[in-house]
Amino acid sequence: MTKNFLDIFKNIYIAYILGCQDIQSRYRRSTIGPFWLTISMGVTVSIIAFVFGHLFNTPLEEYLPFLASGLILWIFFTSSILEGSLCFIESESMIKELDISFITYVLRVLWRNLLILAHNIVIIPFVFLFTGKDFTLFILLVVPGLFFVTFFLGWVSILLAIICSRYRDVHQIISSLLNVIFYLTPILWIPSQLSIHAELTFINLNPFYHMLELIRSPLLGKLPTAANYIIVFFINILGFLLTYKIFIRFRNKIIYWL
Amino acid sequence: MAKISIVKANVEIPIFNIKNRSLKSNFMNYTLGKKIKDFKGGNFSVMVLNNINLVLSDGDRVGIVGDNGAGKSTLLRLISGAYYPTSGLLDIKGSITSLINLSCGVDYEATGRENIFIRSALLGFKKKEVEFYLDKIIEFSELGKFIDMPFRTYSSGMQLRLLFSICIMVQPEILLMDEWLAIGDESFKIKAESYLRNLINETKIFVIASHSQEIIKNLCNRVIWIENGQIIMDESSEKVCDAYFK
Repeated sequence: MTKNFLDIFKNIYIAYILGCQDIQSRYRRSTIGPFWLTISMGVTVSIIAFVFGHLFNTPLEEYLPFLASGLILWIFFTSSILEGSLCFIESESMIKELDISFITYVLRVLWRNLLILAHNIVIIPFVFLFTGKDFTLFILLVVPGLFFVTFFLGWVSILLAIICSRYRDVHQIISSLLNVIFYLTPILWIPSQLSIHAELTFINLNPFYHMLELIRSPLLGKLPTAANYIIVFFINILGFLLTYKIFIRFRNKIIYWL
Repeated sequence: MAKISIVKANVEIPIFNIKNRSLKSNFMNYTLGKKIKDFKGGNFSVMVLNNINLVLSDGDRVGIVGDNGAGKSTLLRLISGAYYPTSGLLDIKGSITSLINLSCGVDYEATGRENIFIRSALLGFKKKEVEFYLDKIIEFSELGKFIDMPFRTYSSGMQLRLLFSICIMVQPEILLMDEWLAIGDESFKIKAESYLRNLINETKIFVIASHSQEIIKNLCNRVIWIENGQIIMDESSEKVCDAYFK
């Protein structure tokens, strides 16, 4: 039985090839292929920026880069989690056929979404060019930020995939919960528009805010706060340990739930 | 040395969301003769394999016989390492290749060539090994130029030919099959079958589930008869065949 937690590296190539295949087959017969992702994201960002920029009365040079980077990352978070939580159910035939670690299927989803992120992120330089904003050296911090965030999405996906295999309703709950969190997280609105009191109470309790800041701040030329790093670090440690315990406990049963 | 040992293994599959339980369980008990247990909380479970004790070692050519729903495929999945017994022990030593579902993981929109890489990754091969075998696989499949066409455009015979050809890379210690493969037209069939027989001769342990007396008698030296999830006979090929195919 090699379906265990530490067996990732043996099956990382399978996750890689299946993830690439997912993207390729989705856009196989279209001329510009996965860049449809870029275009549709570009359109969405411009419309929202136009409407909400007016609504909030924020200058476009400030609002557009904030919104674009936030929205692109949020899509990465949510589609990773939503697809990740279904990945055992969707790979049922493979799981019952092959002796491959469960983690492989989660890695496949993560890799697929990282590829989509790579296509969407192309918008950012255009947005910066358009609004006349400059990149700073802080942008290098995007790399460790992305690492922490991907790690977070990884264990969350494994945990939710286990739960969703057993209780099929949970996926619906997650998707409505993520919708709520979207409005609670500063993506459409800028925290500086809030009173200081409100900012302290509910933004800081939102783990997605800290995840977002780890990547968005360096993109926008700011340094993420120490609190961002510390909170993400501890959430990751605790979450990983919890997921590990649950996975070890149930790994031989998951297959019978599918 | 390859070895599979199964000790006191049960496979009990929970079945969720059955509403009309008394009627259904009565019905299933009646038709399948299987033990359906009442869970706490109103869920059911079916004992698919019940107290299996089995040791397979080098040189074993094992046939599995039994009626539909007896647990043959579940036993194969257990041996392949995909399933784990819900109680009891399972220990597998040796590399395993299962030729049970050749089309598992295939992307119908992708070309034949791309599918070679996908399928062989799932069989456990790295990119470099596949590149080394690539020409041989394409040659064996006799697909020629069609190899760069989408897989969905192939006829079912061509699909099977390609899927089988990918398997010429494997050299497992333990080989599993669910029914004998029926592949392609007459000339390809002869080629594939002689290849498969060679492969079976080279593997240390071979397990096949089949309903065909001819195949079991030709290929196996030991046959296991499963009924209602239990092994009721585990003897030489002739003895079990005489009893089962009477």
